[in-house]
Amino acid sequence: MDRRSALAFGAAIGTLLGIGLYGRFIRQDQRVDLYFEDGSMVSLAGGSPEAAVVIPYAREALRAAQ
Amino acid sequence: MAIAEKALAELTDISSQVRAAVLFDGGGKVLASTLPAERADSFAIAARLLWEQAEVVRGEDEAKLTQLEAATKNGSVFVVREAEQTLAAVTSPEPTAGLVFYDLRSALRAAAEKPKKRRAPAKKATPKTKPKAKPGGSS
Repeated sequence: MDRRSALAFGAAIGTLLGIGLYGRFIRQDQRVDLYFEDGSMVSLAGGSPEAAVVIPYAREALRAAQ
Repeated sequence: MAIAEKALAELTDISSQVRAAVLFDGGGKVLASTLPAERADSFAIAARLLWEQAEVVRGEDEAKLTQLEAATKNGSVFVVREAEQTLAAVTSPEPTAGLVFYDLRSALRAAAEKPKKRRAPAKKATPKTKPKAKPGGSS
Protein backbone atom coordinates (compact mmCIF):
# COMPACT_ATOMS: atom_id res chain seq x y z
CA MET A 1 0.00 0.00 0.00
CA ASP A 2 1.55 3.31 -1.02
CA ARG A 3 1.43 6.48 1.06
CA ARG A 4 -1.48 8.03 -0.84
CA SER A 5 -3.67 4.96 -0.38
CA ALA A 6 -2.85 4.88 3.33
CA LEU A 7 -3.87 8.54 3.69
CA ALA A 8 -7.17 7.92 1.86
CA PHE A 9 -7.84 4.87 4.04
CA GLY A 10 -7.10 6.91 7.19
CA ALA A 11 -9.40 9.72 6.05
CA ALA A 12 -12.21 7.25 5.36
CA ILE A 13 -11.82 5.68 8.79
CA GLY A 14 -11.78 9.12 10.42
CA THR A 15 -14.96 10.15 8.62
CA LEU A 16 -16.76 7.00 9.71
CA LEU A 17 -15.63 7.53 13.30
CA GLY A 18 -16.84 11.13 13.18
CA ILE A 19 -20.27 10.10 11.92
CA GLY A 20 -20.48 7.46 14.64
CA LEU A 21 -19.51 9.89 17.39
CA TYR A 22 -21.97 12.48 16.07
CA GLY A 23 -24.76 9.92 16.21
CA ARG A 24 -23.68 8.72 19.65
CA PHE A 25 -23.22 12.02 21.47
CA ILE A 26 -24.81 14.88 19.54
CA ARG A 27 -28.12 13.36 18.48
CA GLN A 28 -28.55 11.61 21.82
CA ASP A 29 -29.06 15.07 23.36
CA GLN A 30 -32.53 14.89 21.87
CA ARG A 31 -35.17 12.60 23.25
CA VAL A 32 -38.92 12.49 23.75
CA ASP A 33 -40.43 10.75 26.78
CA LEU A 34 -44.14 9.97 26.63
CA TYR A 35 -46.11 9.01 29.75
CA PHE A 36 -49.46 7.26 29.45
CA GLU A 37 -52.55 6.90 31.61
CA ASP A 38 -51.84 3.23 32.36
CA GLY A 39 -48.46 4.13 33.88
CA SER A 40 -46.38 3.08 30.88
CA MET A 41 -43.67 5.25 29.38
CA VAL A 42 -42.15 5.33 25.90
CA SER A 43 -38.81 7.01 25.27
CA LEU A 44 -38.08 8.01 21.69
CA ALA A 45 -34.38 8.38 20.93
CA GLY A 46 -33.31 11.51 19.09
CA GLY A 47 -32.41 9.66 15.89
CA SER A 48 -35.65 7.65 15.64
CA PRO A 49 -38.22 8.43 12.92
CA GLU A 50 -40.95 9.06 15.56
CA ALA A 51 -38.80 11.58 17.41
CA ALA A 52 -37.89 13.25 14.12
CA VAL A 53 -41.58 14.11 13.70
CA VAL A 54 -42.05 15.42 17.26
CA ILE A 55 -38.76 17.25 17.95
CA PRO A 56 -39.33 20.14 15.46
CA TYR A 57 -42.45 21.17 17.42
CA ALA A 58 -40.43 21.12 20.64
CA ARG A 59 -37.84 23.37 19.02
CA GLU A 60 -40.61 25.68 17.84
CA ALA A 61 -42.02 25.82 21.39
CA LEU A 62 -38.56 26.61 22.79
CA ARG A 63 -38.12 29.37 20.20
CA ALA A 64 -41.49 30.87 21.06
CA ALA A 65 -40.72 30.85 24.76
CA GLN A 66 -37.33 32.58 24.45
CA MET B 1 -54.65 38.49 39.89
CA ALA B 2 -56.64 35.52 38.53
CA ILE B 3 -56.12 32.14 40.15
CA ALA B 4 -54.50 30.64 37.01
CA GLU B 5 -52.06 33.56 36.68
CA LYS B 6 -51.20 33.24 40.35
CA ALA B 7 -50.60 29.48 39.98
CA LEU B 8 -48.14 30.07 37.12
CA ALA B 9 -46.38 32.86 39.00
CA GLU B 10 -45.94 30.51 41.96
CA LEU B 11 -44.69 27.78 39.61
CA THR B 12 -41.87 29.95 38.25
CA ASP B 13 -41.06 31.09 41.80
CA ILE B 14 -40.87 27.55 43.19
CA SER B 15 -39.16 25.82 40.27
CA SER B 16 -35.91 27.47 39.25
CA GLN B 17 -35.74 25.15 36.25
CA VAL B 18 -38.97 26.43 34.66
CA ARG B 19 -38.26 29.40 32.39
CA ALA B 20 -41.77 29.98 31.04
CA ALA B 21 -45.18 28.37 31.21
CA VAL B 22 -48.51 28.69 29.48
CA LEU B 23 -51.91 27.26 30.39
CA PHE B 24 -54.46 26.69 27.64
CA ASP B 25 -57.79 24.95 27.20
CA GLY B 26 -58.90 22.18 24.82
CA GLY B 27 -59.50 24.69 22.05
CA GLY B 28 -56.02 26.16 22.36
CA LYS B 29 -57.19 29.35 24.03
CA VAL B 30 -54.53 30.74 26.38
CA LEU B 31 -55.91 30.98 29.92
CA ALA B 32 -52.77 32.19 31.65
CA SER B 33 -49.11 32.64 30.83
CA THR B 34 -45.81 33.93 32.12
CA LEU B 35 -45.05 35.24 28.61
CA PRO B 36 -46.32 38.29 26.72
CA ALA B 37 -49.58 37.60 24.80
CA GLU B 38 -48.10 37.08 21.31
CA ARG B 39 -45.36 34.72 22.44
CA ALA B 40 -47.80 32.91 24.70
CA ASP B 41 -50.04 32.21 21.69
CA SER B 42 -47.10 30.91 19.61
CA PHE B 43 -45.91 28.76 22.49
CA ALA B 44 -49.40 27.34 23.07
CA ILE B 45 -49.81 26.49 19.37
CA ALA B 46 -46.41 24.75 19.23
CA ALA B 47 -47.11 22.85 22.47
CA ARG B 48 -50.50 21.74 21.18
CA LEU B 49 -49.01 20.48 17.91
CA LEU B 50 -46.26 18.74 19.86
CA TRP B 51 -48.91 16.98 21.94
CA GLU B 52 -50.95 15.98 18.89
CA GLN B 53 -47.89 14.52 17.13
CA ALA B 54 -46.90 12.64 20.29
CA GLU B 55 -50.41 11.14 20.56
CA VAL B 56 -50.07 9.75 17.04
CA VAL B 57 -46.91 7.82 17.99
CA ARG B 58 -48.77 5.25 20.07
CA GLY B 59 -52.08 5.18 18.23
CA GLU B 60 -55.63 5.88 19.31
CA ASP B 61 -56.43 2.41 20.68
CA GLU B 62 -53.75 2.54 23.35
CA ALA B 63 -53.77 4.32 26.71
CA LYS B 64 -54.18 8.08 26.73
CA LEU B 65 -51.14 10.32 26.85
CA THR B 66 -50.98 12.23 30.16
CA GLN B 67 -47.64 14.02 30.03
CA LEU B 68 -44.53 14.35 27.92
CA GLU B 69 -41.01 15.72 27.93
CA ALA B 70 -39.21 16.65 24.73
CA ALA B 71 -35.53 17.21 25.49
CA THR B 72 -33.17 19.10 23.21
CA LYS B 73 -29.70 20.50 23.87
CA ASN B 74 -31.19 24.01 24.22
CA GLY B 75 -33.76 23.01 26.82
CA SER B 76 -36.75 20.81 27.44
CA VAL B 77 -40.44 21.24 26.76
CA PHE B 78 -42.86 19.69 29.25
CA VAL B 79 -46.57 19.29 28.55
CA VAL B 80 -49.07 18.03 31.13
CA ARG B 81 -52.79 17.58 30.52
CA GLU B 82 -55.60 17.11 32.99
CA ALA B 83 -59.27 17.17 32.00
CA GLU B 84 -59.57 19.94 29.41
CA GLN B 85 -56.63 22.02 30.57
CA THR B 86 -53.06 21.73 29.37
CA LEU B 87 -49.99 23.25 30.96
CA ALA B 88 -46.82 23.57 28.88
CA ALA B 89 -43.48 24.73 30.22
CA VAL B 90 -39.95 25.30 29.00
CA THR B 91 -36.95 24.48 31.17
CA SER B 92 -33.19 24.77 31.02
CA PRO B 93 -31.29 21.78 29.53
CA GLU B 94 -31.14 18.53 31.52
CA PRO B 95 -33.80 19.33 34.12
CA THR B 96 -34.91 17.02 36.93
CA ALA B 97 -37.91 15.68 35.05
CA GLY B 98 -39.70 14.16 38.05
CA LEU B 99 -39.61 17.42 39.98
CA VAL B 100 -40.74 19.48 37.01
CA PHE B 101 -43.68 17.13 36.35
CA TYR B 102 -44.66 17.31 40.03
CA ASP B 103 -44.54 21.12 40.03
CA LEU B 104 -46.51 21.33 36.78
CA ARG B 105 -49.25 19.00 38.09
CA SER B 106 -49.51 21.01 41.31
CA ALA B 107 -49.78 24.26 39.33
CA LEU B 108 -52.37 22.74 37.00
CA ARG B 109 -54.53 21.65 39.94
CA ALA B 110 -54.12 25.01 41.65
CA ALA B 111 -55.15 26.79 38.44
CA ALA B 112 -58.22 24.58 38.10
CA GLU B 113 -59.46 25.39 41.61
CA LYS B 114 -62.55 27.52 41.70
CA PRO B 115 -62.40 30.66 43.80
CA LYS B 116 -63.99 30.20 47.18
CA LYS B 117 -67.03 32.35 47.74
CA ARG B 118 -66.73 34.59 50.72
CA ARG B 119 -69.58 34.27 53.14
CA ALA B 120 -71.14 37.38 54.52
CA PRO B 121 -70.48 37.73 58.22
CA ALA B 122 -73.23 36.13 60.27
CA LYS B 123 -75.64 38.60 61.74
CA LYS B 124 -76.30 38.52 65.41
CA ALA B 125 -79.69 37.09 66.21
CA THR B 126 -81.90 39.78 67.61
CA PRO B 127 -85.16 38.97 69.34
CA LYS B 128 -88.10 40.16 67.27
CA THR B 129 -90.49 40.57 70.18
CA LYS B 130 -89.93 41.51 73.72
CA PRO B 131 -90.09 38.60 76.10
CA LYS B 132 -93.39 38.50 77.87
CA ALA B 133 -93.51 38.91 81.57
CA LYS B 134 -94.08 35.67 83.35
CA PRO B 135 -97.65 35.31 84.57
CA GLY B 136 -97.88 35.15 88.30
CA GLY B 137 -94.47 36.52 88.75
CA SER B 138 -93.26 38.25 91.87
CA SER B 139 -95.38 41.27 92.85
